[in-house]
Amino acid sequence: MLKRLFSYLKPYKLYTFLAVACITLEVAFELIIPMLMADIIDIGVETGNRAVIFQRGILMAVCAILALILGIGSARFTAVTGQGLGAELRKAEYKKLQSFSFSNIDHFRASSLVTRLTGDITTIQNSVASGMRPACRAPIMMLISLGLSFAMNWKLALVFCVAAPILGVMLFLIVKNVRPLYGIMQGSVDLVNRIVQENLTAIRVVKAYVREDYETAKFEESNLALRTTAEKAFGLAALNMPAMQLVMYATILFILWIGGNLIQIGNMQVGQLTGFLSYVLQVLNSLMMISNVFMMLTRSLASCRRIVEVLDEEVDMTDDEAKDIQVEKGGIEFDHVYFKYRPEAAEYVLSDITVSIGPGETVGILGSTGSAKSTLVQLIPRLYDVTSGSLRIDGHSVREYPMEHLRDAVGMVLQKNTLFSGTITDNLRWGKEDATPEEIREACAIACVDEFIGRLPKGYETELGQGGAGLSGGQKQRLCIARALLKRPKILILDDSTSAVDTATEAKIREGLASYLKDTTKIIIAQRVTSVMHADKILILDHGRIQAVGNHASLLKENAMYQELYHSQQEGVGL
Amino acid sequence: MARYSGYKKPKNTGKTIARLLHYMGAHKLLLFLVVILTAIGSLANIIGTYLLRPVINNYILPGDMQGLLKMVLLMGLMYLAGVLATWGYNQLMVRMAQKVVSEIRRDLFVHTQSLPLSYFDAHTHGELMSRFTSDADTISEALNSSFTMLIQSGIVIVGTIIMLLVLNWRLSLIVLFFMALMFLFIQFNSRRSHRYFSEQQFRLGSLSGFVEEMVTGQKVEKVFNHESQDYEEFCRRNEALRQAGTKALSYSGMTIPTIVSLSYFNYTVSACVGGLFALAGMIDIGALASYLVYVRQTAMPMNQFTQQINFLLAALSGAERIFEMLDAQPETDEGKVTLCKALEQEDGTLTECSSSQGSYAWKCPQEDGSFRLIPLKGDVRFYDVVFGYTPEKKILNHINLYAKPGQKIAFVGSTGAGKTTIINLINRFYEIDSGTITYDGLDVRDIKKKDLRFSLSMVIQDTHLFTGTIADNIRYGRLDASDEDVRAAAKLASADSFIRRLPNGYDTLLHSDGANLSQGQRQLLAIARAAIADPPVLILDEATSSVDTATERMIERGMDSLMEGRTVFVIAHRLSTVRNAKAILVLEHGEIIERGSHEELLDMKGRYYKLYTGQFELE
Repeated sequence: MLKRLFSYLKPYKLYTFLAVACITLEVAFELIIPMLMADIIDIGVETGNRAVIFQRGILMAVCAILALILGIGSARFTAVTGQGLGAELRKAEYKKLQSFSFSNIDHFRASSLVTRLTGDITTIQNSVASGMRPACRAPIMMLISLGLSFAMNWKLALVFCVAAPILGVMLFLIVKNVRPLYGIMQGSVDLVNRIVQENLTAIRVVKAYVREDYETAKFEESNLALRTTAEKAFGLAALNMPAMQLVMYATILFILWIGGNLIQIGNMQVGQLTGFLSYVLQVLNSLMMISNVFMMLTRSLASCRRIVEVLDEEVDMTDDEAKDIQVEKGGIEFDHVYFKYRPEAAEYVLSDITVSIGPGETVGILGSTGSAKSTLVQLIPRLYDVTSGSLRIDGHSVREYPMEHLRDAVGMVLQKNTLFSGTITDNLRWGKEDATPEEIREACAIACVDEFIGRLPKGYETELGQGGAGLSGGQKQRLCIARALLKRPKILILDDSTSAVDTATEAKIREGLASYLKDTTKIIIAQRVTSVMHADKILILDHGRIQAVGNHASLLKENAMYQELYHSQQEGVGL
Repeated sequence: MARYSGYKKPKNTGKTIARLLHYMGAHKLLLFLVVILTAIGSLANIIGTYLLRPVINNYILPGDMQGLLKMVLLMGLMYLAGVLATWGYNQLMVRMAQKVVSEIRRDLFVHTQSLPLSYFDAHTHGELMSRFTSDADTISEALNSSFTMLIQSGIVIVGTIIMLLVLNWRLSLIVLFFMALMFLFIQFNSRRSHRYFSEQQFRLGSLSGFVEEMVTGQKVEKVFNHESQDYEEFCRRNEALRQAGTKALSYSGMTIPTIVSLSYFNYTVSACVGGLFALAGMIDIGALASYLVYVRQTAMPMNQFTQQINFLLAALSGAERIFEMLDAQPETDEGKVTLCKALEQEDGTLTECSSSQGSYAWKCPQEDGSFRLIPLKGDVRFYDVVFGYTPEKKILNHINLYAKPGQKIAFVGSTGAGKTTIINLINRFYEIDSGTITYDGLDVRDIKKKDLRFSLSMVIQDTHLFTGTIADNIRYGRLDASDEDVRAAAKLASADSFIRRLPNGYDTLLHSDGANLSQGQRQLLAIARAAIADPPVLILDEATSSVDTATERMIERGMDSLMEGRTVFVIAHRLSTVRNAKAILVLEHGEIIERGSHEELLDMKGRYYKLYTGQFELE
C-alpha cells in the first residue's frame, strides 16, 4: 500500500534523492567533528601545539557551515518532496473522484470524500516532513556504530545479537497491536464527529423537539467509547519508551560487567570500553528513532488506507462500449427499462418503462412524489445506468456514445438548482465556455433572466455565494435554464425547474423555448398541469411505472388521475 | 496536524491553565506524581551517564570486581526505578489526557445545545466543528506527550548547565551564549514559519471548499461536461497549496539542522578555547574531555524544549477558544410555568395526575407557593411584536395576530418577508425586541422553554434527518412511540407506501442526513415525525414544498383530522397549500399587509389575488 502511494513521488524523484543525499552526508559530520575534537585534545593540548588547535578549530567551523548548508538543503528538499507527494495524491484523487458514478459517491459519502482529499493527505505530508530525517539517519547511524563496535571488540559486540532482537520483538509487538487499535480509534472519532456534525446542522430540530438530553446520551456513549479506545491505543503506544529504556539500560550494565571482566583478564583496554559504550548508546538510540518512525507510519497508515480506497474504487460507469458517434437528432426510446439504485435493493425504482420520444417533440411528465420522474430523466445523460432493458438515442444505446458527447448533447436543469460561487457570467459559461456576451444575453432573454438581472447590484458580474446564495428560488431556476440553453442541446430536460417562477413568466419561457430550440427534444417534469398541457405527449408516472401516455385532450378524457390533478389545480384560475 | 499549524499566543494563559487543571479534578494531585516520576525517569538517565566514569576509574581500573558488581547492581536498581517511572508517567498522562479531553468534549456538546440559535447564525458549522476536532486534539496531544517532554528536557538542560558551571564556569559562558543564540533562532524561525503556515491553512481551506462545492454539485458538473475546467481550477488551487506548504515546511524544517550546526560551532569554540585554557593550565585534560561531552548534549534538549513550549502554547490557545465557546451565554430560560398532566374534576377544576392519564395543563406557580393549573389549549397571540436578528435591521414590525385553538393560520409572502421568523418567535428560538407573545394567556417568557417547545410540533423548511433507521427518525417526535404509532404516523404523512418499498422498510438505515431519499420523501418523514408527537400546536414551515399536489392533499386531510380542535400554523409558497386555512396573512417586509380567508382575500383583489392568478411571483 505504501509502495503504491509512493509511486506518486515520481515527478519529485530528484528532490527525494537530494533530500536523502543531504541527510546522509550530514551524518558524516556527526562522525568527523568528534574526531577533529579528539585531535585538539590529544595532539594540540598534549603537545602544547597552538597551531594544531587553531587549524582543527577552523576545520571544525568549516564542517559546521557545511552541515548547516546540507541541513537547510535537506529541509528544503524534504518539504518539496512531502508537499509534492501530497499535491500529486490530491490531483490523482480528485481526477478519480470526477470519474465516479453516483453510486460510487454514495459508497463513500460526500463529506468523507472531502476529508480523504484534505485531512488524510495532510497526515501523510506531516509524516514525510517529520519522518524523513530520522528514517534516513537512524539506519546509517546504526550501521556505522554497529560496524565500529564490532571492529573494536567483536566478542563484546555480540551483546547486540541479544539486545537488538529483544528490542525488535518488543517494538514489533507494540506496533502490531497498536495498529488495529488506531483503526478502531479512528472509527470512534468518526462517530463522535458525525454526531456533533448532525447536531450542528439539525440544531433546530433538536431544540424544537426538546431532544437535548436524548442527543447528549447518544453523544456520551460514543464519547466514552472514544475515550476507552484512545486510552488503550495511546497506552500501548506509550510502552515504546519504557521498553526501549529497559533494553538500553540492561545492555549498558551488561557491558559494564562483562567489559570490566575482560579488562581484568587483559582482553580489553579501558579507553575501548568508554568508546564502546557510546557506540552502544548510539545503536540503541537509532533503534528507538526507527521505532518512532514506525509508530508514526502506523498512525498514518489509516489515512493511507482511506486514500488508496478512493484510488482503487472501481468506477462502475465507463466508456467501454463507446463508439465514435454523436447524437444527431435527439429521438429517445425507452425499451422495457428497469432501474434500481443498488443491485441489492428488493424493488425496482422504475419498472418496465417503454416509451418512444421523437426528435423535436415536447414531452411532459407528471406524477406524485416518489414516482421516480427525476430518476427517469437522469438515465438519459447516463447519470445512472439502466439496470435492465435498453435506452436508445437515435437508435443507438446510450452506452455507445462517449459520455462526453452524450452529455454535451443533453441539456438538463436539475430539480435542485446548483449554482457555484463566482459571478453570474461564470455560472452561465458552464453551458458554453466561450459564449459571447450576445449569446449570453440571448439565452438570458429566453429564460427571462433579463427581467431581474438589471436589479442586481452588478448585473451579469454580480458575485454569487456557494449554491447561488443571494438569489430567490425563482431567479435561481431561471439562471439554471439559461445556463442549459447556452449548450444548444439536442435534448433539453427541465426537471421541475419552473416551480418557483410565476405562471406568466413560465408561459413566456415556454414560448421562447419553442422558437429558440425548435428542433430540440424537450422533456419537462412539472407539478403544475399548466406547465405541460401544451406538450405533444404527456407521461403519467405512478410508482415507477408509466400509468398513461397521451396528450392533454386524450388524458383529460380518459385518465382519472390527470383529471383530478387538472381540476384541483384549475380552481380559482381565471377569476 | 495540529502541531504543524503554527501557534498563536494565548491571551490569558494563567486563567486557561487554571481551567484546564480544573478538568483534571481529583487527578490534579496525580499531576505532582507525574512531575516527580518524570524527574526520576530523566535523572536516572543523567546520573547513569555521570556514574560511568567513576565506575571505570574507581572499580574497573583498580580491578575491584566485588565493588564493580555492587555498583552494577546499584545502577541496575536505579535504572529499574527510572524505567518504572517512565512507564508510570506515560500511562498516567495518557489516561489523564483522555479524561480531560473527553470531559471537555462532553461539556462542549452539552453547552452547544443550550446555546441560542443566534449563536449558530453567527458561527459557521466548520468553525464550531473545529472546537471538537482540532482544538480538542491539540490539547490531547499536548497532555499526552508535550507536557512530560517539556519537564524532561527542562531537567536535562538545567542539569547540564549545572554540570558545566561546576566543571568550569568561565568556559560555560560560551555555552550559555550559544544556548541563547539557539533559543533566539528558534523563536525567530517559528514566528517566520507561522506566517507561511497560516497561508497554507488558508489555501487548504480554499481547496477543500472547492472540493466540497464540486462534490455536492457533481450532477451539474457531469451534465455540463465541466470536469476538465474544474480539474484545471483544482490544479491551480492545489499548486498554490503546494507552494505555501513547501515554504512553511522548508522554514520549519530548518530548525533542527540549524540547531545542530549551532551546536557544532558551540563545540568548536568550546574545544578551541578549552584547549587554550588547558595550555594555560586553567583546566586539566580529563575535566576538559568530560566538559566537552556535556557541551555536545546541550543541543537536543534545547530544541525539544522550545518545540514542546510551542506545542503547549498551541494547545493553550486551542483550550482558550474552547473555553470562549463554553463561556458563550446560553439561552435565557427564566420561565417558571411547566407542563403537567391534569384531570378535570366534576366541579370543573383541574388536578395534577400521573403522566399516563389526563390531558396537558400549564402549572403556574403562585406567589403563595401553590400552583394554578391552566388547560393547554393552543391559543397563540402576538401583541405589537417587533423583532430583528440584528438591532439595526427590524425584520418584523408591530405584528399583531391571534390563533385560537382549532384554527389554521397561514402565512404567505416573499422570501425574507418574515414568515419563518414569526414561528421562530413562538417557540422562542429568538427573543423579541418589544411587544408580547402569549400562549394560552401566558407570556411565553414565563413558560419554561423545554415545556413550551414540548407543546409545539414543528416541521421546518430544511428537513434534517439523523443517522439511524426510518423508524428511529419518526420516533424522534415521541421516543416511547410503539411500532404501530410509527406506522400510523407514516400513513398519515403518506410516507408509509414509499417506506414499505425501501429495501428494509421501516428498518432501512439512513445516513448523511437521509441522502438516499428524495427531497419530497424526506419532507414526508419530517411530517410523520411531527405527527407522532401529537402536539396541541403544529407548525408547518414549507413542509410540503417538494411534495406533489395530490400527495399534499392526502397529507392535508390526514393532518386536518389529527389536528381537529388544535392550532396549526402553515407557511407555504404554493397557494394551494394554504387556501383552506381559517385565516391567511400576507406578509411583506415584516408587516401584515392583507389578512382574511381565501375568498375574502380574492375579493379584495390585492396582492393575494395577484399571486393566486399567477400575475406575481414570490421571491
